[in-house]
Amino acid sequence: MTTTPQAVRRASPRIRPPAKKPTKAPAREQAATDPSAALLPHAEPVRLLDPDGTPRPARADYPEPPVEALREMYRRMVVGRRFDAQATALTKQGRLAVYPSSRGQEACQVGAVLAVGHNDWVFPTYRESMALVSRGIDPVEVLTLLRGDWHCGYDPARVRTAPQCTPLATQCVHAAGLAYGEAHQGRDTVALAFIGDGATSEGDFHEGVNFAAVFKAPVVFFVQNNKYAISVPLSRQTAAPSLAYKGVGYGVPSEQVDGNDPVAVLAVLTRAVAHARAGNGPYLVEAHTYRMEPHTNADDATRYRDGAEVDTWRDRDPIARLETYLRTRGALDDAAVAAIAAQAEGYAADLRERMHVQPEVDPLSLFDHVYATPTPQLVEQRELVRAELAAAGEGEG
Amino acid sequence: MVATTMAKALNAALADALADDERVLVFGEDVGKLGGVFRITDGLQARFGEKRCFDTPLAEAGIVGFAVGLAMSGLRPVVEMQFDAFAYPAFEQIASHVAKLRNRTRGALSVPMVIRVPYAGGIGGVEHHCDSSEAYYAHTPGLKVVTPATVADAYSLLREAIADPDPVVFLEPKKLYFSSAEADLPAATEPFGRAVVRRPGTDATLVAYGPAVPVALDAAEAAREEGWDLEVVDVRTIVPLDDATITASVRRTGRCVVISEAQGFAGVGAEIAARVQERCFHALHAPVLRVSGLDIPYPAPMLEHTHLPGVDRVLDTVARLQWDDRPDARWLPQGSAA
Ligand SMILES: Cc1ncc(C[n+]2csc(CCOP(=O)(O)OP(=O)(O)O)c2C)c(N)n1
Ligand SMILES: [Mg+2]
Repeated sequence: MTTTPQAVRRASPRIRPPAKKPTKAPAREQAATDPSAALLPHAEPVRLLDPDGTPRPARADYPEPPVEALREMYRRMVVGRRFDAQATALTKQGRLAVYPSSRGQEACQVGAVLAVGHNDWVFPTYRESMALVSRGIDPVEVLTLLRGDWHCGYDPARVRTAPQCTPLATQCVHAAGLAYGEAHQGRDTVALAFIGDGATSEGDFHEGVNFAAVFKAPVVFFVQNNKYAISVPLSRQTAAPSLAYKGVGYGVPSEQVDGNDPVAVLAVLTRAVAHARAGNGPYLVEAHTYRMEPHTNADDATRYRDGAEVDTWRDRDPIARLETYLRTRGALDDAAVAAIAAQAEGYAADLRERMHVQPEVDPLSLFDHVYATPTPQLVEQRELVRAELAAAGEGEG
Repeated sequence: MVATTMAKALNAALADALADDERVLVFGEDVGKLGGVFRITDGLQARFGEKRCFDTPLAEAGIVGFAVGLAMSGLRPVVEMQFDAFAYPAFEQIASHVAKLRNRTRGALSVPMVIRVPYAGGIGGVEHHCDSSEAYYAHTPGLKVVTPATVADAYSLLREAIADPDPVVFLEPKKLYFSSAEADLPAATEPFGRAVVRRPGTDATLVAYGPAVPVALDAAEAAREEGWDLEVVDVRTIVPLDDATITASVRRTGRCVVISEAQGFAGVGAEIAARVQERCFHALHAPVLRVSGLDIPYPAPMLEHTHLPGVDRVLDTVARLQWDDRPDARWLPQGSAA
């Protein structure tokens, strides 16, 4: 197996229309001699739909996904947004300890899970609740972490999705290991690692990308650049022209995409996943998007950004964009839109109902999964807690 | 005196340090415009400018490593780790450089800095937001480790930490951030290395630090009903530890319970209990006992009250201090008569 940059280049032909060649990318002009040329992203984010839903000219490097896939993407984005709004409402009702919304990032959340298969592995962060329900994971299981009855409510092995990761960027290295481990065992699993713009400043992001590159592990690193890390703007994270430029130093082909253009997100990620699955190693994609809500319900975004900025992004709404396009294509009409909206309402109503049931928590379960077999000391502590609970029960009764 | 919160006292200490010493720089994640997720740095950037109080790229190892370099250049960095568990990426910088530079260079270099860490639980936080990480730091020679339990101490200890010639890990019990008390700021309380008797008593000594201090005080209050008059010692600075005040108290009372919110195994409570036993053996009427959190990863919010040591766990333990001169049944070999 060879890992030369040439091999990467051959396996990943980058077809670039010469007319679009930007003047500010000398690397590409030296493509014949400069190995980084094949790795660098386009100077402008890939876009296939304009914000008003008008299609851009077709391009050979990122063919438009089939219209059925786009229709399904639309459906999932509508349901996903409704889920997200419901989770925010549950937080206000005190049913969730906290909720980090991904409203505005629907194209990324849904596009990413559509680009991978059910046998692939997903490494999400706390931001990805919408992506996880879109992947088919039960929403109550997804929200268990935030409701606060256990850390991870779903079975990661069954749904091939790691627990949502809060220590920033640490999941990147796990994704590299998982992907390499699968390849090592002869399986063609791809790992999709989500990460935020701010978290690309953490060492683990760089180590993850580098490990994946060195071991040619099939990982897609998907950076949702939503412009903020809590209050800190992107300008405090990097002086690079784009976060997608971070791949080149590790020998990883990279791309940037308009993250509010659902068609482009799906097209770019589809290509990235195919690249990884074909044995060409990792791929890095940066999606330019925007977090419409505060960092979490506990955050006050008015302290660091103004409403006008948020309004600009309202005009780039990914769902409206795709809806307009699908209507022009004749793939969506009023009846279909209404049916999908009704489906989303039903989904939210079901979630609401199930989240209004107070979960049973057993205090003694605290000792259950610390080790495969509890240590003698834990067995002793468990008995003490059992006695405490019994005494407290007597006190109440 | 006016009522103020621990959060406000910490903010005032940072502001006064920035005003008094132009070498002081405050930086970290979200400490600028936002004023920190707990608002401890609120208004500092507006008042002192972006060169004195600023946001960094999101990287804790970077923040602390950068602070090492700044300190080497003669500045006084005061950095914020956003939460306890998010300081772990910085641990290599802390353990290998911050703690050791003085020693490695025979004193030629020192890196006085303050690493502020909101720590411990009791706020219903989800995973990775509630760790008690004091033992990792206290176990690392070269670091001072401080944790205030009162509003006045929060101000005074932070000022002293910033002025200290050695690096200080300053652990802020986040469940006490919005506790309020009457305090005159600027406050000057007892210096580093001094524990304080928060409540005098004659029957037994409760030794506690940080978030466990209010628990100890509540337990002492509740113990009056049981007829016990308990003394409460607030450790304040874990490193350096004030053996003298702690042992003097235990010699007076003859009984001791050490309380920490952290998991107990190999923890700071174990260290204190061992030292008391070494120094007070002949004054003790009962073994030194410990009360702590459970030896489990910090649990999800709905279960944290089972984990956290509360008044009942403290009183159950006090009850086992051999008041009737009989051995503690729990430690007897199985089958033997009590
Ligand atoms: C190692 C670590 N440091 C700090 C934090 C606290 N924190 C949680 S989210 C966040 C901002 C992350 O921003 P970004 O990577 O852009 O993702 P976004 O939240 O915007 O999706 C911070 C600082 C953390 N979770 N982990
Ligand atoms: Mg972000």
